[in-house]
Amino acid sequence: MASKRISSAKELEQLGRDIASKADPDKRIVSICTMSVCGQSRGSGAIAERFAEEIRRAGLEEKAEVRQTGCQGFCEREPVVIIFPEGFYYVNVEPDDVPEIVSATLSKGELVERLLYTDPTTGERAAKESDIPFYSHQMPIVFGDNRRINPREIDDYIGLGGYGALSKALFEMSPEQVLDEVKKSNLRGRGGGGFPTGRKWETTRNASGETKYVLVNCDEGDPGAYMDRSIMEGNPHSVLEGLLIGAYAIGSHEGFIYVRDEYPLAYDNTIQAVKHAEEYGLIGENILGSGFDLRVSVHRGAGAFVSGESTALMNAIEGRVGEPRMKYIRTAVSGLKGMPTCLNNVETWANVPLIINRGSEWFNSIGTEGSKGTKIFSLVGKVNNTGLVEVPMGMTLRQLVYDIGGGIPQGNKLKAVQTGGPSGGVIPEQYLDTPIDFDELTKLGSMMGSGGMVVMDEDTCMVDTARYFISFCCEESCGQCSPCREGLRMLREILNDICEGKGQEGDIEAIEDIAEVMQDASLCALGGTAANPALTTLKYFRDEYEAHIREQRCPAQACQALTCYYIDPALCTACLICRRNCPTEAIYGEKGIVHWIDQEKCIKCDTCFQVCPPRFSAVRRISGEPLPEPPAPGTRVTREEKG
Amino acid sequence: MTVELQIDGKEVRAEEGITILEAAREAGIAIPTLCYHTELMPHGTCRICSVEVETRGRMRTVVSCGCPVEQGMVVKTRSPRIDRIRKTLIELLAPTSAVDGELGGQMKKLAREYGADTHRFESRFRDRPTRCILCGQCVRYCDEVVGEHAIGFMGRGVDRRAVFFPEKAKACVTCQACFNLCPTGKIPSETDFVVFDGFSVDDYLAGEL
Repeated sequence: MASKRISSAKELEQLGRDIASKADPDKRIVSICTMSVCGQSRGSGAIAERFAEEIRRAGLEEKAEVRQTGCQGFCEREPVVIIFPEGFYYVNVEPDDVPEIVSATLSKGELVERLLYTDPTTGERAAKESDIPFYSHQMPIVFGDNRRINPREIDDYIGLGGYGALSKALFEMSPEQVLDEVKKSNLRGRGGGGFPTGRKWETTRNASGETKYVLVNCDEGDPGAYMDRSIMEGNPHSVLEGLLIGAYAIGSHEGFIYVRDEYPLAYDNTIQAVKHAEEYGLIGENILGSGFDLRVSVHRGAGAFVSGESTALMNAIEGRVGEPRMKYIRTAVSGLKGMPTCLNNVETWANVPLIINRGSEWFNSIGTEGSKGTKIFSLVGKVNNTGLVEVPMGMTLRQLVYDIGGGIPQGNKLKAVQTGGPSGGVIPEQYLDTPIDFDELTKLGSMMGSGGMVVMDEDTCMVDTARYFISFCCEESCGQCSPCREGLRMLREILNDICEGKGQEGDIEAIEDIAEVMQDASLCALGGTAANPALTTLKYFRDEYEAHIREQRCPAQACQALTCYYIDPALCTACLICRRNCPTEAIYGEKGIVHWIDQEKCIKCDTCFQVCPPRFSAVRRISGEPLPEPPAPGTRVTREEKG
Repeated sequence: MTVELQIDGKEVRAEEGITILEAAREAGIAIPTLCYHTELMPHGTCRICSVEVETRGRMRTVVSCGCPVEQGMVVKTRSPRIDRIRKTLIELLAPTSAVDGELGGQMKKLAREYGADTHRFESRFRDRPTRCILCGQCVRYCDEVVGEHAIGFMGRGVDRRAVFFPEKAKACVTCQACFNLCPTGKIPSETDFVVFDGFSVDDYLAGEL
């Protein structure tokens, strides 16, 4: 990066042009997501190193370069390598694939067919990202630049027009105009609640207080959700630019970015981004020569989910324990240090530069009546294509799961989609055509939340699902208020008991009573919403609770205490596969002799069920009915193995 | 500045900025509390003082010890919903605060008043009863009034505990201000006046609480 401070809009524009013109159009860019912790754990760092080495060895330094980027979304097929300008898209790349990519694609522009994505249903290969259904149904306006920039290089961001929206806001718009534009965009908070962003800004702006603060909430902690992490890791300048624009509109001169402790790479990249922006004069005093000042500090969390709650987060920044406090006066009026404070989520801030650049009318053209723009979801669970997806609001759950997610593995049937993390709920299959937006999901008893989306199939037990989320909240509750602390403790015990076949009559009513008190009387939103997973599973799958309690039966055959494994002697071909894979040597039998399971030794790990070849399907899960007698020792197989 | 509001059908004038609880008490209307103390900043954690309020046509449940009065507010200190909240809260707090299955003091009184079945969740309560409902009166009184900071909170969620810090507890021998505050009687009955063994921070860190 240039070491010079940028002191005017013109200089910023010139720098952007210089960076763009320096890029050699004939030079290929090898884009690898090494700047995401999941890419790193899949070995993308070694691949990047190998590329650098092979490019050197082939003498292609003038013709190709490696770009280390953040998350590109298609996590299921990591490590992914994208070659620009063609956009060739290679999946599940290993270091030993690199020489071939260098000699074929980088030297000659040829495709390496075997590394292309193959559609599991059609069997067709896709050469480019846009040919892959996972991507072709998306609208990556916030997340799309991740694959084009190295988040540690501010020049990469500026080369794509970065900080242009800030410049436009500072020099072509008054703070009121910026505020008005954001209000007209109808942007709603992406952190969970969906509160209108413009209104929050306006309240903070109009509140009296000598100092006003702007805050970035990067304390994302819902199980299975990593949208904010991936933005912060992969494109931190987009968040900083949004924060700067917001501060200008609100009249704030001090900002904080709260990054959770569990996100070390996001923290490092944020620190680096702030440092570079300071060196360029994009943060600090007299930004771009406009006279506007904003100081930005990065605050690292200490490992508490509840610190993502607005008042808890402010307590933490003040140096107190990160616990919520009573909020009868909004934080926009009295927040950090008692001053008017605007706290927005990472994704919310990242939307702001887009709105300023392209206008509220454009933003309003995307989405539904009540929810505008796009939303990033982390699509995880029992779905073929897991990853981060950005779609326009209003897409149906069905489109998301089937068109983008590629459906359910092994042809299983979808049972429910869990949205909104521990504060949300499950949405059963019959509501799959519901358009995804803030209001529709709330109507179903769930919520948008920050964008976690866990797909569940028929093997998922809904009581166990509720138990999981309740246990999570029980671990994460701060314990200050009695409904949340004691309510979660008791819900956890009751749900554990039900899953273990120790449920009692009256348990369902007890869950409902406790849930009501938690919703009505908890101190903060964690407690107020923590019962939702139990309430929605009860609403849509009450029969599963009743089967557990009254028949000691788990309809999904997932609760270990209520499920046994049995090998059907009529179907077993004595192939030995289950016996060899059993980790506790609980399966007996020889070649030609029907296998049987010693129930005393069985730990119900499900391995035998999974490895028994589908053409035999001899292993059965049994729940709620008596286990058939095992075959007499030495019983010979009656079924012939065919093919 | 005063505001006018209605509490349980009674027209009440209250000074702007005070809480619903203060306004109700001034008007002679009782609202039960466990963590509230007149000399301390409202903590809002026991939630027993929850009341229903209607402002600008919107009904919601708030804790009266923390929610400021507003012009035109309509407050109900008793309603089927509020009674259910208090009853279930007492039932949930009972297993941890009981001694030999019996409640004492304010908890006992409230259980009777709201028809709480104090044994409802007993069989499901598998942790060691601490006889502490974490109202925090001892902690806050020592912080805000005495200024000794000899008691504090450790842990979170169901592992949250009020503990003594022995090195700060020198003055406790003569002070003992928290003894009468404790709504379950834990502190006077379990405290050795000098060493506070039983629930010191060391016990907590040793995993014994």
